[in-house]
Parts: sequence; C-alpha cells; structure tokens
Amino acid sequence: MPNLKDLKNRIASVKSTRKITKAMQMVAAAKLRRAQDAAEAARPYTERFNAVLGQLAASVGSSDSAPRLLSGTGSDKVQLLVVMTAERGLCGGFNSSIVKKAKTDITRLLAEGKTVKVLTVGKKGREQLRRDFAELLIGHVDLSAVKRLGYADAQGVARDVLGRFDAGEFDVATIYFARFENVVSQVPTAQQIIPAKFETEEGAETTLYDYEPDEEAILSDLLPRGVATQIFAALLENGASEQGARMSAMDNATRNAGEMIDKLTIEFNRSRQAVITNELIEIISGAEAL
Amino acid sequence: MADTMQFDLVSPERRLASVKATEVRIPAAEGDMTAMPSHAPVITTLRPGILRIISAEGTDEYAVTGGFAEISGEATSVLAEEALHVSDVTQEVLDAFVEKAAEALRSAKENGDHNLVDDAAKLMADMVAMGDHIGLTAKQPQA
Repeated sequence: MPNLKDLKNRIASVKSTRKITKAMQMVAAAKLRRAQDAAEAARPYTERFNAVLGQLAASVGSSDSAPRLLSGTGSDKVQLLVVMTAERGLCGGFNSSIVKKAKTDITRLLAEGKTVKVLTVGKKGREQLRRDFAELLIGHVDLSAVKRLGYADAQGVARDVLGRFDAGEFDVATIYFARFENVVSQVPTAQQIIPAKFETEEGAETTLYDYEPDEEAILSDLLPRGVATQIFAALLENGASEQGARMSAMDNATRNAGEMIDKLTIEFNRSRQAVITNELIEIISGAEAL
Repeated sequence: MADTMQFDLVSPERRLASVKATEVRIPAAEGDMTAMPSHAPVITTLRPGILRIISAEGTDEYAVTGGFAEISGEATSVLAEEALHVSDVTQEVLDAFVEKAAEALRSAKENGDHNLVDDAAKLMADMVAMGDHIGLTAKQPQA
C-alpha cells in the first residue's frame, strides 16, 4: 500500500490535471462557438456559388471545350488525396478518424493499381501518415501560424492543388475532412473536388441567364474559385469538428479525473485510519505492558 | 413592376449586406452595369472596383476585388472574393491590394505570357482607379 505522502501527491497532481482539462474544455467550447459561427457565415456564399456553378456546368455540359477542371483529364490513374487534420492533438479521435479513412482509401486505391499522392494540411495527419505512407507524401501545408482561418488560407491550399493539376501531376483530387454533425459526432468525409462534381437538382426551376463574358470564360474563371471555396468550407467544418471533438474529449478527461480523485481520496482516508488504528494499538499495548 | 429587389453581398467569410435595393451598380468585367428590378437574368464576373447600392435608406459603397454577380428580376447577389466597406479601405489596405496586383504583373512578365501580362496590368489599373475613387492615391509600385 502506498504511503500517505504518495497518495497526497497523487491527489494533488490529478487535481491540477483536472483543472487543466476543465480549462481546455471551456476554451474549446468558446472556440467551437466561434468556429460554428464562421462556418455558418460562410454558408450563403458556398450555397450560392455551387448553385451558379452547377447551373453553368450543366449548360456547358461535357462538350469538348469544357475546362479540364470540370471534365477531368479523362483518366483516374493518379489520385491526389488532400488530408486535412488539426495542427494540435488532445482532441480525442478527431485526427485519427480522418487519417483512418484516408488510409483505407489509400490501401484500396493502391490495390486497384492507381498511383496515389498525398497532400497534408495540418501537422497531426502528416505525422500519422508518415509512418505508413511516407513515400506518398508530396507536400504539406502548414496552418499552425493561422489564428483565425480566412479565405486567403484556403486560397493558398487551392493554389497549391491547382498548380499541381496544371502541371499534370494528378487526375483526380479528393479532400478528406471531418464534417461537423454535433459536438459528439464528427463524420470523416471524402469529397471529390477535381474534376468538379455537382449535385444537379432534377426539376429545379432554372432561369435562363445571359452570360457576360460567355459561359465558358466565366466557367474557367469560376472553377478555380470553386476549388478554393470547397476547400474553405471543408477547413471551416474541420475547425468546428476539431473544437467539438476536443470539447467532448476534455469533458471526458475532466470526468475521469474527478472519479480518480474520489477513488484516491477514499484510499487516502482508509490508509490514514489504518495508521491511526495502528498507533492506538501500539499505545494501548504499550500501556498494558507497564 | 416592383420597385425594389433583394440584394445580397456575400464574401466567402460572411454576408456583408442584405437589403432591399432599388439600384445596384456593379463593376462587371466588361464594363460597369446597373442592375435594377426586373433586369434580365445575367451572370457576370467582376473586376476590382466600387459596388454602389442604392436603397430607400441611402447609398452604400463597397470595394470588391473580384468575384461574380448573379442578377435576376427579383434579386441580385454579388459573390465577392474580397469585399470591404469603403470606409474600411485605408491607405494600407489599398497599398496591399496594389502591391499584390503588381506582384502578379511582375511574375506574369517573367513568364512571358502576354495574356497574363495584359490581365495583370488591367488588374493593377483597376486597383489604382479604385483608390482614386475612394480618394486615396495608390503608391506607384515598381512594375
């Protein structure tokens, strides 16, 4: 049985751990609200953008002159996976669930004989992927210096991806991120961004627009922005998911620390009583011996 | 004929304005255009410039750096890459815009792509013109 001093120290250390996790939980809660607001604020743009782009894409269709960002390169041999994770840990299974999904897909694609390239956004995903697929990593975007995620950050990632596409480095690009459902559930999601895919609503009322300049010029102007917009939306979702995951992870940690403190306190009191009983026995038997 | 239309100005980060407007002047890629209620449906790309919204409450101006506008009879939406209220455009902001455009021009010149050079030169001229409109003088960058 550990002595009283040890127990006292352990209780003190678990108590300070609980203080830290409690503080982290509250910080995550505050950040989560901000991240959710940001994701909410970005929604009108994304929705509008996709609606217009979808309409344009439908009207240009798959004609030969359609931009390659829309029609693709005609092959799916080389796949680019953009894996977006957090820059920091201590957020439960958030990073590993995204990485796990990406890993499953990498293994599947490799088995199909495709060439896989991986671009990582966020330090944690990179660390985890480096263990198994170090030779597939072609680049990394560091967002650790970014305090508040802005559209410019997404543009940076998009420029990187588009530059590689123009250089013919890959045929299909997919982004991996966690979609924010609610605080306890974040769903790892894969979304294809190049060639662009649109959900065309059947039977939706379509207005016939005039285009200025012509449809294809607009489309080739908008598609690269579409990539940036999708990446931005994904990064925002990811940000909210990260904070949500961290909040619930820290909530659990705080609760566990509380349970541990209770258990240790009971043990401490027991041993203290045992020590007192022992001392009493010694005193009484000493007195009787006299 | 309705005398107002729903106008929305959104940037990727937030919705900047959502008002009932009577008239919106848009710096479209091929020249300024004014959208009024019952305008024929048009989708156009934007060049950097001043977006002016005229509504019952008065006139409001935003500086936009690019994006596109969707105009229909009842509503007009401007999806701007970057948009700032004119009062938020300070000398530093303008200088940063112009510097970015000048940077694009320099790199285009290096690559020797004439289309890109023209585009970038136009972009820079638009930026400088935007500054003139607001009453700021852009520092002449080294192009």
